Formats: sequence, C-alpha cells, structure tokens
Amino acid sequence: MKRRKLFSTIGINILAWALSIVLLAPLLLILFNSFKTGKAAAEMNLALPASLEWSNFAVVIEKGKLGTTFLNSMLYSVCSVLLCTLLCTMASYVLSRNRRRLHNFLYLFLVLGIAMPINFIPLMKVMQITNLMNTRIGIILLYTATQTPFNVFLIHSFVSKISPEIDEAAVIDGASPFGLFFRIVMPLMKPVLVTVMVLTFLNTWNEFVMPLYFLGSTNKWPMTLAVYNFFGMYFKDWNLVCADIVLTSLPVIVVYLLGQKYIVSGMTAGAVKG
Amino acid sequence: MNKNRIYPTYFVFGALLLYVVLFVLPSVVGLGYSFTDWSVYSQEIHFIGLKNFATVFSADYNYLRMLENTFVFTLVTTLAKNVIGLALAVLLTRKVKLLNFHRAVMYLPCVLSALIVGMIFKSVLNPKIGMLNTFLRGVGLDFLASNWLTDSKIAFRSVMAVDIWKGMGYIMTILIAGIMSIPQTYYEAASIDGGNTWQCFRHITLPLLAPTLTVTTVLNVIYGLKVFDTVYSLTNGGPGFATEVLYTGVYKEFGLGRYAVGTTLSTIMTLVMLIVGYFMIKHMVKGDGQEI
Repeated sequence: MKRRKLFSTIGINILAWALSIVLLAPLLLILFNSFKTGKAAAEMNLALPASLEWSNFAVVIEKGKLGTTFLNSMLYSVCSVLLCTLLCTMASYVLSRNRRRLHNFLYLFLVLGIAMPINFIPLMKVMQITNLMNTRIGIILLYTATQTPFNVFLIHSFVSKISPEIDEAAVIDGASPFGLFFRIVMPLMKPVLVTVMVLTFLNTWNEFVMPLYFLGSTNKWPMTLAVYNFFGMYFKDWNLVCADIVLTSLPVIVVYLLGQKYIVSGMTAGAVKG
Repeated sequence: MNKNRIYPTYFVFGALLLYVVLFVLPSVVGLGYSFTDWSVYSQEIHFIGLKNFATVFSADYNYLRMLENTFVFTLVTTLAKNVIGLALAVLLTRKVKLLNFHRAVMYLPCVLSALIVGMIFKSVLNPKIGMLNTFLRGVGLDFLASNWLTDSKIAFRSVMAVDIWKGMGYIMTILIAGIMSIPQTYYEAASIDGGNTWQCFRHITLPLLAPTLTVTTVLNVIYGLKVFDTVYSLTNGGPGFATEVLYTGVYKEFGLGRYAVGTTLSTIMTLVMLIVGYFMIKHMVKGDGQEI
C-alpha cells in the first residue's frame, strides 16, 4: 500500500513536469534564440546560446522602430486602463446600488456585450463619421468600449458585496453623490479595481485587430502589429525575430508575475459561485 | 433615502455612450448594410434584399466552408480545452511538488498575445528545421514529421492544436477554483466508505463541478466562434481555404472592399451570438439578485 502511494506520488510529479515542459519548451526556444547569433538561431534548437548576443536587442529596437511602437502601446494601454476603469466603475456602482427596472435592463444590455462580436466594417463607417479613423484617441475609445462589458460584470458583482449601510452613513454626514463615490466607495473597491486594471492592460497590450482595421499609418502602430510586420520582413533572421518577440512580451510577463493573484481572481470571478 | 439622488443615473452615461456608439451601433447598422450592395467602389448604396445572404449560403463560394470551419473549430477546441483543462485541474489540486510553479507555467501562454503565439509556432512547426519535426526525427518517429501548416489536410488540426495549447491553462485555472470550492468533507466521507480515486472523481468532483464546466463551455464557445488572431497569425486562412474561419473571411472581404458581404458574415455571427449570449446571461446573473 505504502509502496503504491510512493509510486503514484512520483508518477504525478513526473506528469506535471512533462506537461510544464510541453508548455515551456516553445517559450524557452524563443528566449534562447534571442541571444544567439543569426547562424546559430537558424538551427532553431533548444541548445543554450554559446554567447550572449545582446546586440540583437539593439538591432531590433532600431530596425523594428520599437521605441515609437513601445510608446504607442504604452499610451493605448495606460489611457484605456484609466478611462475604462473610471467609466466602468461609475456605471457598475450605480447599476448595482440602484436596481430599478431601467437599471437592470441597462446592466443586462451592457453585459450582453461579453458575447457579442464586433461588426468591424460598419464600425469603420462609424469611425469615419465621428472622425476617429486612424487616430490614437479613436483606438483608445475603441478599447474602452470593447472592454466595458466584462469590466462592468466584474465590478458589479463586487459592489453588491459592499454593504450599502456605509453609503447611508456618509449621506447622513452630508456627502454628495460624487463625494460618496470617490471618497467612500471607490477606496473600498481597490481589489476589484486592481484586477480590472491588470486585465485591461494585458488585453490592450496584446490586441492587434483594432489597429489592423483602423490604424493605417505605421507610426501609430502598437508593438504587437510592429513585431508581426518585422517578422514579415526579417523572417530569415530568427535571432532578431525572437529578440523582438521577447521585448514585446516582456511587459505582459512582468505584469503577469506581479499581478498573478489579481488576474486569477478576475478570470475565475463569476465562473465559480462560492 | 432617495436612491436616484444618491446614485444618479448619469454615472452610467459615459460607459453607455461609448458602448452604444462603438459597439452596438455598428452591429445594428451592419444588419441594415447586409441588405445592400455597399462596397468600396459604390457611389451610392442600393437595397438588394437577401442577395448577400443567398451568396453566403450558396455552394458556389467558399463562405459555407468558413462557417463550417468556424463551427468545427469551436466544437473541437471547446471539447479539448474542457477535457484537458479538467485533467490538468485534477492533477494540480493533488499533492504535487512546486504546485504554484506548475500552475503559473500552464497559465503563462494565456497572457501572451495570440499574434506572438502564432509566430512562436511558425518556428516550432517549421517543416525542415522546426523543433517539433526535429524532435520527432530524433526519437525515430520520422513518419510523423509533417508540413504542419502548409499541408491542407492537417493545417486546420495544427491551428486548433496551437489554440488548445494556448487556452487550456485558462480553463484549468477556472476549474481549479471550482474544485477548491468543493468541501473537503465530501471526500473524507467517501474515503471512510471506501471510495477509490476514480469513484471520488466520478461521483463527487464531476457533479459538483458541472456548473463551472457550463461556464467554461460557454466561454469557449464565445471565444471559438469569434476566433481570428490565432488563425490570422498562423496561416491567414490558407493553404487555399483550408483554415479559413468567419473572421479571417470578414477581414479578407474588408481588404477586397466587398463591404456588404463582409458585413453579412458578421451579421450572421451576431444572430448566432445572441442565442449564445442569452444562455450566458441567464447563467451569469443567477443568484445576483437580477431578473431576466
């Protein structure tokens, strides 16, 4: 009996490692290749780099125009995070607290967007009419709009767990609607706000379909689109392509490692009713 | 207290305005455009009735193939991600050393851009020097080495496999949370009654995980029907139309300037999604004090 248990313990550990390797191997391949010389990277194997070619990174930053595209990605991500978090928090807070018929309808109307697909071609028409086509502000507003449904869903269920008695006390003390929201309720929502911010940042950073449709000028492209374009031009120089991939993914991996707890809580919210 | 005064409705307007103008309006306008001959060349737009829908559902074009691929993709990836995700979740809720490391690794592909994942796998699946074929030849399985992304018979399977590789950690993470919320006492009672591992899984874990599996299924279906990124970066619909899905089709119609047909494809998906969305909402708002 004891022996069988030992075997099964060893068995599941080996299995876990085997699976982790299946997931890690392609990522390590990219990481190793980004440090290799062009010739060594062309073999595309998992051998450790013989020497660390830091110059690969300098080359892609210059040739891939990573400076500009990094700033674009940062601008889009940070602005979308701030705007989306503010607007969604205000909306979900009121929709959660004030549940008249209209509010219930608006909540369901907003949340339905989680399933709805975007109709890109008429959206182009709307963007043209509103003068948002090929503008940075247009892309930021699009990211805000498309991420509103899920964020409203997340925040709404969190707000309903904060006791409304706090609000009553604040109102009796003379707080205005804005004062109540910004000074009393919003600080209590910190955990869900961090989750929303982390998820919105990751989604915006990784997204490339909106710029593909709606940003014609390359100087407004985010990093993801630029790395794909770079891949098209330098597909024989795997060391450079890998270096570009590493630099583009670095911000999301850093955010993932720092915010893992918040990402997981956001991803599982609603799916598991505790 | 006057709720309307303390919780003013205008707090909703900012989010609502952007959502309506940039999300809902295009879908509604799109429904209208799908009955017209709108294209990049048209000076004025004419009403042409159901002609676009007839084109999409006609056997003379490749649109039915796109729809079929989209549904196959959704079905296969949903099933595979749920089954593999469940197996991973069961494995990683047991006494495994470095549990958090393994969980973090499994989830890692989910935070990478689908575009990046596509490029990574273009390298891994390269027929001559790619890691997969090199590995297969190395262990003597030469006959399995293939042109993963350029052979029209297997390209679509490769695309689905990459998507499963990327998405299974997400499903696993949700299911781990589901398994952790099952009270330990059930398992203790079962072990007193002499239940083995399989019986515990079959009669405790699985039934109590059913609501969570419903959610992961709905999430996967929503994702699968809308898939674009992974297919675009791996094969862009090729070779031929072998891996073409609805949204790569829409993008091509957009590029060709055939706006009305592209819009019609999106409209069809919107109608399918309304049905999926109804079930999603019904499930999500359950127990949230909302009525539908």
